[in-house]
Amino acid sequence: MLNVGKIEEGFVLDHIEAGKSLSIYHHLQLDKLDCMVAIIKNARSNKMGKKDILKVECDIDTLNLDVLAFIDHNITVNVIKDGELVDKKDLVLPKEIKNIIKCKNPRCITSIEQELPHIFVLADEKNEVYRCKYCEEKYNRRDFE
Amino acid sequence: MRHLMNPLDFTVDELDRLFDLANDIEKNPSKYAHACEGKKLATCFYEPSTRTRLSFESAMLNLGGQVIGFSDAASSSASKGESVSDTIRVISCFADICAMRHPKEGAPMVAAEKSGIPVINAGDGGHQHPTQTLTDLLTIRSLKGRLGGFTIGLCGDLKFGRTVHSLINALVRYPDINFIFISPPELKVPDYIIEMLNEKHINYEEVIGLEECMSKLDLLYMTRVQRERFFNEEDYVRLKDFYILNKAKMAMAKEDMLVLHPLPRVNEISVEVDDDPRAVYFKQVQYGVYVRMALILTLLEINI
Repeated sequence: MLNVGKIEEGFVLDHIEAGKSLSIYHHLQLDKLDCMVAIIKNARSNKMGKKDILKVECDIDTLNLDVLAFIDHNITVNVIKDGELVDKKDLVLPKEIKNIIKCKNPRCITSIEQELPHIFVLADEKNEVYRCKYCEEKYNRRDFE
Repeated sequence: MRHLMNPLDFTVDELDRLFDLANDIEKNPSKYAHACEGKKLATCFYEPSTRTRLSFESAMLNLGGQVIGFSDAASSSASKGESVSDTIRVISCFADICAMRHPKEGAPMVAAEKSGIPVINAGDGGHQHPTQTLTDLLTIRSLKGRLGGFTIGLCGDLKFGRTVHSLINALVRYPDINFIFISPPELKVPDYIIEMLNEKHINYEEVIGLEECMSKLDLLYMTRVQRERFFNEEDYVRLKDFYILNKAKMAMAKEDMLVLHPLPRVNEISVEVDDDPRAVYFKQVQYGVYVRMALILTLLEINI
């Protein structure tokens, strides 16, 4: 059994689908933050069999976790302060996501101008439908791999 | 600073004011003949469209302004690989307002994000063509006396036809409109529009034959099947002559039904229909100039 110590302030992202932690690490842009991160892969889970966990030691206001809801809303977000669990955050679909998915419409301006960000705007919260900001191409969050 | 990307960028009240202004321009053109003196319109057309470009240029010239621009991507810096964002930053130094047409969807919005001057979407691929929609709305409002309370048939290429998509989006904001979508199965209205109509509980029918619905229509909006929207030439050839509006079909229609068309027309409206007083597609072109004049004045915040 591997032991990773407690964190003083930050987040513990639990119940990540096994194998997805590195992708989440990048989507949260943790590689760009100067903070301590523990990536635990294939931890045993009663609920899931195997799961990944991310422990992030950081100021709780520095990290925007909205994108997690888009990637996987089953992730549990535990907020830690002074070494104690102070909150479990509910994940809400973000109004806008940037560079998480790419617009697949070959007629979209993003298909020829490589430097443009791929921005999708939440169009229908109930059905989890996003649309490309530029061409309005539809993307269903449930299709996200 | 405001741009026009989508017909929905203006509220119904703002559109009413725009159309009132356009009607005043129609009645008193001399009052506006010097309104844009010293101002320049840049027409940035990355794909050829003589009609829309000339309509914009005519609008600016009628207002006493001047026009610069390019009429295809090959004669612009896009051929050297310049991005839309960079081009608009440069154009912002030369002109006071820009009308942009681009084959890629969303390109004018990219421009608007970086622009120092108002940008008008003059058509972006199969996506939006808001000034055509404003033209259509002004034509209907001026000739029918109202927007709302009618059955409109949209016929032809409803899949790739951006004028149709823009018009539907604009009309749903007015009361009591029934849509009849007349198209071959391959060119049906996209799902997202059908979903939107369902959500808003707006009446619509989808039919294949034009004859079966002619007598119900207060307005018939014909469209051309556009070669440039097809990846496959065979599909284009098969579908281009699916509908032809002729005298026989017009005889089935109401006496006050109006026929609109964004033009250019190819075979879908027989020339024998042109003399029918219900055929208003050439008047529509004139309304296009008035509405673009009103739009330029509005976006430049010029009050006369």
